[in-house]
Amino acid sequence: MDISGADFIRGLALLGAGLAMGLGAIGPGVGEGFAAGKACEAIGRKAEEAGLLTRTMLVGQAVSESTGIYSLVVALLLLFVV
Amino acid sequence: MLETVHFTQAAQYIGAGMAIGFGAIGAAIGEGYAAGIANESLSYRPETSGDVIRNMLVGQAIAESAAIFSLIISIILIFSEPSQQFILFAWIYISAGLSMGLSAIGSGIGAGLTAGNACHGIVRQPGNSSSIIRTMLIGSALCQDPAIFGMVVAILLLFLDFSSVPLYPGWAVMLGAGLAIGLAAIGPGIGCGLAAMEATSGVARNPVTSTNTNRIMLIGMSIAQSTAIYGFVISLLLLFTSHEESVTLTASLGLLGAGLSAGFGGIGPGIGEGATAAGAVKWISRSRENTGILTRTMLVGMAVAESTGIYALIVALLLIVVL
Repeated sequence: MDISGADFIRGLALLGAGLAMGLGAIGPGVGEGFAAGKACEAIGRKAEEAGLLTRTMLVGQAVSESTGIYSLVVALLLLFVV
Repeated sequence: MLETVHFTQAAQYIGAGMAIGFGAIGAAIGEGYAAGIANESLSYRPETSGDVIRNMLVGQAIAESAAIFSLIISIILIFSEPSQQFILFAWIYISAGLSMGLSAIGSGIGAGLTAGNACHGIVRQPGNSSSIIRTMLIGSALCQDPAIFGMVVAILLLFLDFSSVPLYPGWAVMLGAGLAIGLAAIGPGIGCGLAAMEATSGVARNPVTSTNTNRIMLIGMSIAQSTAIYGFVISLLLLFTSHEESVTLTASLGLLGAGLSAGFGGIGPGIGEGATAAGAVKWISRSRENTGILTRTMLVGMAVAESTGIYALIVALLLIVVL
């Protein structure tokens, strides 16, 4: 298998894109789901505060999502820019 | 001098080792958890031991099934005739082992968690044991889905004829297909277990709401399994689209990257959505009047948790289809 330098770099960039998005998706998924589960528990205890609790959940999840978006950006950079 | 058949036969043995090695992890953890909770609960009320031990054994048997799938794939790998001509088959055997072994981890853990909480519920509320056992059986059987996806891919890898697929990028196609479903199945298996364990506890505490509890458990579990389905779709796409021969690393590693993206990307949303369903189910079982708001919050929360799984799916599709 004859490998040129450019091919080597491009190949590893594509592998890196897959790894970036794949590994990067683990944390936000777990964290956001945990937050949503606790929000459901809290609404179960105090259903009249559902608005506040849902808002807090979404704000918290948005922060937790950020690392997933960083991964997506890096993956897209590796796919289309580098 | 090493020949092709030496590599393919060695790969069969490595694949067999990985299939049962990884596959045994989840079942053992799950069954141990079930036994631990059963014992802990029995210490409060030893007189319920007959029912509890029976239920523990049924639950453990379901958790064991994922490991048995792995055992079957291992035995097929050990005793089938290795390919004499195609080095690609070495990758196929390794990938079949990875696909089966990794995908069994989550299912074993999930079913074991469910069995443990069912034992606890039977000790606390012996009168409700029939509805507890029903919820446990539905929940832990559904936890096996991801392992079944992994077994299907392993069987496709072992029994389809891939002899016309070029080695480059065929090796990456095979490895990517195995890793996509293998890794993606871990999270949904655990997540479904989290939902089902809270549902069994909820049914034990309040059997009046068991219809509602079971319904929301099923909705939650089916959404938690979505990323395993993405992994399965990527595996099938890799196996069934034709790939032109190309000796460039770009072609190979792009396809391997697709499998890794869908595979790792499926882990987190599966666990997280399971945790969401667990929280919703727990409180729906306690206060039926809040079912509407809890279901809505659960679905909103899950949609956010799903997002990274969808990014991973899109990156995998881009790697396969566009690049």
